[in-house]
Formats: sequence, C-alpha cells, structure tokens
Amino acid sequence: MKRLLELTLFELVDALRRGNVSREDVVDAYLSRIKEVDSKLHAYLAVNEEMRSNSSSEGLLFNAPIAIKDNISTRGLPTTCASKILEGYIPPYDATTVARIKAEGGLIIGKTNMDEFAMGSSTENSAYGPTYNPWNLECVPGGSSGGSAAAVAAREAVASLGSDTGGSVRCPAAFCGVVGVKPTYGLVSRYGLVAYANSLEQIGPITRDVRDAALLLSVICGRDPNDSTSVDPPSKDYLSALVVDVKGLKAGIPKEFFGEGTDPRVAEAVWRAIKLLESHGMEYEEVSFPHLPYSLPAYYIIAMSEASSNLARYDGVRYGFSAFEEGEEWVKVFSKTRALGFGAEVKRRIILGTFALSAGYYDQYYLKALKVRTLIKGDFDCAFKKFDVLLAPTMPLPAFKIGERIEDPLAMYMVDIDTVPINLAGIPAISVPCGFVDGLPVGLQIMAAPFHEHVMFRVAYTYEQCSSYHNLKPPI
Amino acid sequence: MQQQQDVVIGLEVHVQLTSLKTKLFCSCPSDYRGKPPNTHTCPVCLGLPGSLPVVNKKAIEFAVMAALALNCQVSERAVFFRKNYFYVDMSKNFQISMYDRAGGTPIGRGGYVDIDVDGTRKRVRISRIQLEEDPARLVHLGPIELSPYTLVDYNRAGIALLEIVTEPDLSSPKEARIFLQKLRSILEHCGIFDGSLEGSMRCDANISLAGGARVEIKNITSFKEVERALSFEIARQRELLKRGQQVRRETRHWDEDRRMTFTLRVKEEEHDYRYFPEPDLVPIVITEDFIERVRSMMPELPDHRAERFMREYGLPEYDARVLTSEKALADFFEACVKLYPSPKKVSNWLMTDTMRVLNEYNLDWSSIKMEPEHLAELLKLMDDGVISIKIAKLLIFDVVLKGIPPSKLVEEKGMKRIVDENYLSQLIEKIFREFPKAVQDALKDEKAVHFLVGQVMRHTKGRADPALTNELIRRKLNELQRSS
Amino acid sequence: MASRKLVSLEQTEHLSWLAKVELSEEEKRVFTEQLNRILEFFRKLDEVDTSNVQPTYHVVELTNVFREDEPASPLPQEEALRNAAHKKNGYFVAPKIV
Ligand SMILES: [Zn+2]
Repeated sequence: MKRLLELTLFELVDALRRGNVSREDVVDAYLSRIKEVDSKLHAYLAVNEEMRSNSSSEGLLFNAPIAIKDNISTRGLPTTCASKILEGYIPPYDATTVARIKAEGGLIIGKTNMDEFAMGSSTENSAYGPTYNPWNLECVPGGSSGGSAAAVAAREAVASLGSDTGGSVRCPAAFCGVVGVKPTYGLVSRYGLVAYANSLEQIGPITRDVRDAALLLSVICGRDPNDSTSVDPPSKDYLSALVVDVKGLKAGIPKEFFGEGTDPRVAEAVWRAIKLLESHGMEYEEVSFPHLPYSLPAYYIIAMSEASSNLARYDGVRYGFSAFEEGEEWVKVFSKTRALGFGAEVKRRIILGTFALSAGYYDQYYLKALKVRTLIKGDFDCAFKKFDVLLAPTMPLPAFKIGERIEDPLAMYMVDIDTVPINLAGIPAISVPCGFVDGLPVGLQIMAAPFHEHVMFRVAYTYEQCSSYHNLKPPI
Repeated sequence: MQQQQDVVIGLEVHVQLTSLKTKLFCSCPSDYRGKPPNTHTCPVCLGLPGSLPVVNKKAIEFAVMAALALNCQVSERAVFFRKNYFYVDMSKNFQISMYDRAGGTPIGRGGYVDIDVDGTRKRVRISRIQLEEDPARLVHLGPIELSPYTLVDYNRAGIALLEIVTEPDLSSPKEARIFLQKLRSILEHCGIFDGSLEGSMRCDANISLAGGARVEIKNITSFKEVERALSFEIARQRELLKRGQQVRRETRHWDEDRRMTFTLRVKEEEHDYRYFPEPDLVPIVITEDFIERVRSMMPELPDHRAERFMREYGLPEYDARVLTSEKALADFFEACVKLYPSPKKVSNWLMTDTMRVLNEYNLDWSSIKMEPEHLAELLKLMDDGVISIKIAKLLIFDVVLKGIPPSKLVEEKGMKRIVDENYLSQLIEKIFREFPKAVQDALKDEKAVHFLVGQVMRHTKGRADPALTNELIRRKLNELQRSS
Repeated sequence: MASRKLVSLEQTEHLSWLAKVELSEEEKRVFTEQLNRILEFFRKLDEVDTSNVQPTYHVVELTNVFREDEPASPLPQEEALRNAAHKKNGYFVAPKIV
C-alpha cells in the first residue's frame, strides 16, 4: 500500500471504510504534515484541531480531511477571506458545500489562504502574507485559491475546495500541478461563498487526480433551496463518466488561447497533450473566437461592479474589524473602518466598480460589458454545436516569481486571459497537469458545454490515464 | 379649510405586508413587534458574508393582489435590483428593491384610488407598486443629535415592504390623510395588511407650493401624522414665500415629538444609487394564469362593499363610505347587524356614539374592545326599556374601552331604569318640598316642569324612567292644583 | 495610444466618498493614475458593436425561484451578536447618525 499521505481521496475513503487505516491515523498524518511544511508554504490560515473529535457519517467522503478556501463559510471556524476586515469573524452557519461534505462524512481540516476576497491571481494579496508554490518556494502558487491548491499539492490535505470567479481554481491548480474544476454556473450552490462577483463565480474541487475531482463534485453539486441560481444537473454521477476513451469526440482548439503573451513552452506542452488525445481517437480542429480578445475588460468591469456592491456590507457593525469610536459620526467611522480593513487591490476594485456603476457611466461600462458577455457566450454556444470539448492552456505561462507582478495591477490582470472567458460564458472547465516548464507545472484546460461535466471528465480522465504528470509530486 | 389649489402633494407609501409569516428574503418569523432585539435574525437578514436571498412566494402573490386592488397594470416580468447606499440601518449597505429603469420593472404601474373628500370623488393616480426590504430599527439614547452612538435591532430588517408611489395628485394635507386611510382599508380588505400594527404604514411626501421648489419630507409614520407634517410644511413654505424668500429643494425629516420638519445635513447631490439587477435572484415572470388566480382570490374591496351596504342595508352613501373606510369597522357593522337587524340604528351608534368615545380618548378603531354582541345587546336593552338612551350613552364608554358586556354593567352599576312608582313618588315629594318656588312656577308655566324632571334625573343619575317621571310629576301638580 | 484622462483626482475623491473608503492623499494620487490606466484598458470594449445585443445578466435562464412562506427558527440573540465588535443590551452598537 502507498504511504497514507499519497493515497488519493478515492483511495483514502476506500481504505478508511475497509478499516485498513483509522481515522486517527489519517488525522495525525495530515496534522503532522501541516506542522512539517506549512511554515514554509503558508497554505493555511486556520487549522481545525478539533477535527479529531468531530463525529462523521460513513458516506462518500468518510473521514477524509478536506481543506476549505477561507471565503467559504464554516460554522465555528474562522472565515476571513484573507482580509483584515473579517479578522476574527466566526460564522454561525455552514456553506451548503461544506454541509454536504460533512453529510458525506468529510472532515474540515482547515481554512486555506487566498487573495483577499478572491481578488488576485497569485495569493500575494492575502492580508496574512502569501502562500508559496510547493514546486518552487520563490514562486507564487497562483490564485486566488492558492492555499487550497498548494495544500493539495503538498499533501497537507487530500482534497480541497476553491472558488473560481475568473480562474481562481484553475490558475492555482495549473501552477501547483493538481486538478481543478470550475463547474457550470449554477451547478454548485454559492450559499456560504463570500460573494466577490456573484454572476461569475462557482465553488469547485481541487484534487490530486481527475477521479477525486469527479467524486468531490458529485458530492457538492445540485440544487440548493438557499441559492436561487442553483440547479440540478441531469445526473450527479460523474464517476461513471470516467472511461479511457475519447474515440469519436471532437475537440475545438481556439486559436486565441495560444496568442501573443503565451509562453511557447506552455503552448508546446498543451499541443503535446492534444496530440496524445488525438492518438487515442479524438478528432480536433482549430477554431477562432472573434470576441475572445474582449474577455478581460468585460470580465473585470463586471467583477469589479458586482464586488463594489458585495463588499459594501463590511462596515464593522455586525462583524469584523471596526474603527468605531463613541461620538464619531457614521460616515467617518465607516470610511475609516473600510480604509483600514481592506487591502490596496480590494480598494482599487471597489473604487473602479463604483465608477462603472455610477450615474452617467453605467451604460458605457457595466451595461457594455454585459453585452460583450452575450457575444462571448455566443462564440462558445456556437463552438459547442460543433465540438464536444475545447482544449487550451489554463494559464499562458508557468508560475511567476513572488513580487514580479504585484506592483502592476494590469500586468496581474493579464494572466487571467485564458480563464475568464469560461466564467463569462458560464461553462465548465477543468485544469489537469500536462507538463513542466523550468520545473514548474503546466495546466491543460478542458472546456465543455453547460452541464456537460461528464464529457469534460471523460477527456480529462483519458488524458490523465495516458500521461503520468499527476503522479509527480513537489519536492517539498 | 382654506383653499389650497396651489399645493401639489405626491406620496411614497411604505406598507409592511404584515400578513406574511416570514420576511421577504429569508425564513425569519415576521412577528418581531415587542420581541427582544436581534432575536428574529439569520445570516441573510444580518447580511452575513456568503448568505443569499430567496424570494418569499406569498409576497409576490400579495403584491400582485395589491396591484390589482389599486387598479394597476401588473408587469409580466419583475426584476429585483440592488439600490446601493450606505446607512447604519442597512445590513448589506444596499437594499434589494424593484426598479423601473435599466430593464427593470416594478410589480404594478398606472393604477388609481378614488377618494371621497367632502362629498366629492377624486381620483389619485398610482404611478407604481414594488416590493422591497425594510431596514433595521434604530434606537437612540435621548435626542438623536446628542446620542453618542446608535443601537441597531435587525428584527425588522428584511420585512417585506410594498412601496406605493402616487402621482402628485393630492392638493391638501386632508386629502393625503384620506388617501392613506383609503389605501389602508383597501389593503386590509385584501387581507395582506394590518394597519393597526405600529409602524406598519409609513410614508415620505413630496410637496411643492406655487413659486417654490419641491421638498421631500421623510419619516412620516402614520396617516394621522401625514396631515400634521404636511400642514406644518405648508405653513413653513408659505411663510418663506410671503417673506420673499426661496423654498430650497431639499429633504426634510418630520419630528413626530416636536411636530416640526427639519433639514438633515446630507450631501444631496451625492445620491447615486448605482442600481443594477440583483445577481443572486432570478427574474419573476407573472403569467396571465397567475394574475387570474390571484384575482379569483380577491375579497370584496371597500368601494364595492360600500355599494353593497347601500343596496343591502339601505344605508345612505355617507354612512356606507364611513363604515367601509376601515375593514374592522365594516366587519363589525355587518356582524352586529346580523344580531340586531336594524342597520341604520347600528350605523348611527357606530358612527356617532362609538366614534365619540374613540375621539375623546384619541384612539382608533383597532384599539376598540367592544364586540358586535355588545352593541347589539346595548340596543336591545334600550328597546326593552331596561335602560334609557342617556344611560346607554354613558355605558358605551366602558363597553368600547373595556369590552364589558352592557348587561353586566347595568347589573354592576345598578343602572337599570327605575320604574318603581312608590320610590319615584317619594322622591318627587321630597323634591317638591325642596323647590317650592319651582313648583309654583310649574303650576303656571308648562316649561318649568322640565326643571323638576331634571331634578329627579339628577337624583337617580338619569335612571328614572322619563315617561313615568313625567306622568308622576304632572299627577302631583294636578293634585296640588285641585287642592288649592 | 494617447492617454485621455478619464478620471480626475476630484472624481477619485468622490468615488471614495460614495464607496465609503477613506483614501490618503498619496492613495488618491496613485489610484487616480492606476484608475486611468485600467479604464483606458476597459475602453477596448468601444471597438465592439453592441447596438443590437442584449446584456447577459444570468447565464442560466431561470425564472420564478421562490420559497414558501414558512418560518424557520432564527439565530439565538447571542449567536447573532457574537461577531459584533460593539454591542449593548442585545443591540448592535453603530456610530451616531448626526
Ligand atoms: Zn432572516
């Protein structure tokens, strides 16, 4: 048998249910692993020591320690969104995804680091310091779910949840060499996910292989009465989609994802993956998405606009940091609370979003972006009439150095170029490891039509089983 | 009432859908009145990070019913928006509301309400009806200006509010009050609202006088206050105009205790609500079927009820309108007529005697303790000659205010009419001895007899049977006449 | 590309007032400069003809998602107040309003 920490989620649950390993073994192994490496990685903001004593049911995730991104509400465990403004906040309720994990016997091992309020692509925007890439401690783990991806890659959790607003699951999954899924918009309940950009984001699994992702997604997906935008998929059984067979499937390769700014070595790795799938019977064809170049500005306008409203509630009255002083007038207190509580990137996005929604600019920015969104979605709808999946790089480049882009907001926004279109269109996508550049992982992005996660998983699984990148583990 | 043709008033009324059991976007119980602070909250109405709103289906049904009752066009598609602004009573620092621009539509628009002002019908147009959430309740230590902080109770936060906006069709404070009363009666008849609950109907008013700018008055908490607030404001603006000063366009607050409006220092030009569709909610499609279903559940409304009262009970129009001006009053009337089938008499006793009691104690109909059985009993006691009309008018105070059955009052207070001839004769003899001068006058002048009757009534606290007393006094006078 | 000034320092100030985020003088200066660069980038959308295009508010076209009017138990008062920095007699303490 593999060492306990090397077992995948699927294997671990199987071993636990068979009694081959005990819950104490698992909990001890993971907690000591965290003690061993997290001072170097800083993947966690909080570790749930009480995990030992919580009772759990013998479900699909029986006693598996799962890490949760810190913007997902966990009853009794801090949920700070890596922001000073939520320092000390302990929610009285579980997000629906967390409740579903618990209902299947999963253990919540801790809360993972992230860019403050999920605003960033490197996890450098955390008010509590960055997370480091387990493959190279000088590099970022990607973001904003950097802690969730680093924890899974470094064996500090068997699986984790991240959230993906514009690539926040797939980017760190690609940078850390693990699997990350951004589900179809509406497939997974957002109840308990601290909102950044409501119309774009979904919670998704980050795992060591495709089967684990399928398993975890099948647990968390489906209609939730607490989320009006959630729906049931045709089938939640994603495990049965996992066959090594892509014969007869058609893939589109959108040219724009390989454009200017894409590291040629990344493009090469992705093309190798495409050729591998072709050798297993998949057909492919290059396509062009005329509106794709407008994805980034449309995405950022929509995300910032929604964020400016979502983040208005942090005023220090009901929870979190407060600059309250007796006798001080409310505008002053609120403005001070928010000035001291939010980091620079969050403030920048709030101000920009406020601008984009304000009188006289709404049509020019917010409404315009929503119309461009229609066109981008149209490009995808059109492609999925012809193709089962679309294949592209997840990120245009491998993980960059810490500090390399943080001073230049636009340079940071640019790295999201291949992930944001998926959120605008609301379609599902998965990132699977497909090679290395300078010792850093590269991700292959597989996109499918809305609620066609089965096809996405089938192609991902086939690729994974025919390659070996998912078996590699970081040196840490 | 002075002529006020130069006054233009429009109202923005906020009515709580008090018949709902839960809030608009969460399942917290809506019966927050009188409960300890912050005991009726959940992650949604506290605006906790990650919580999401879900629309109360019944609220949509009620809003559609209100729209139909106010003769509005019901929208096919209604969309919730976020109205973004900061304030200490907001749990999210945006309010989820409907909006009539940017592709949004409120539930209803283009309706009207007919009101009766001094015997004339007047049509007040309704521009729109929409749903939104109530903010939290603020509590201050002493006067607002001196309070070092604000206490916040989120029990009220998220209660379903119906916003009803009129066109500027009202031309006096009295009309505004009558409009609100009518509105209340209509919504109460719909079964969606109880106006007797404190703070369940609040409004903002826009008012302008010829030659002045439009002034908005906020924080008017009942239809009684609306008349006071608007009257104050008209007087204030008239005074300014008379002195040749400008009436500034501004927002003023009505201070109920000090009975005056005052300016709150706000950066007026800064209002920019940055409306956009609430991304956590999906559009509401109101089908023809749904509207028909709501229409079929619609109870009788005040205007129809008034017409029926005239037809069925033969009441004059005035009575019918007054009785239907409040649902509880109309219900009372009908219940009472069932027990005492003399509609005009019941109507008179309600509209004059009962109202007199309420006015004297500055109460409204909802605080009445009298049951229909009580009034019917009171009227029967009079018919049976057990009590006089005078006694009845005295008794009604305790019946209305305390809900004590009249028969019990008569018993307890010994208020039965005195028909005992011996007792009355002895009393009359005593009075004759006491007032010899009056007796002499009565012998000559018929009118002076009333004084002697009055004395009997005074001694019996009005309980002596008037006819019998009269007869006995005359008999006695006749005896005296003969013997002299 | 010639840089148009899309946001002035005064506008940044106004936005910070609207958003209730106090900015230092230095932040105002840096933000104004960054805002202009980012907005310039956003203006790329001007190239797209959207005259006959409807906006996409929701990618999943749902309508009429409701819940029934049935009460659920609310949070106990201590739970509701637990995360508040300032509280008094069961109330949240907020700053004064005038
Ligand atoms: Zn609630």
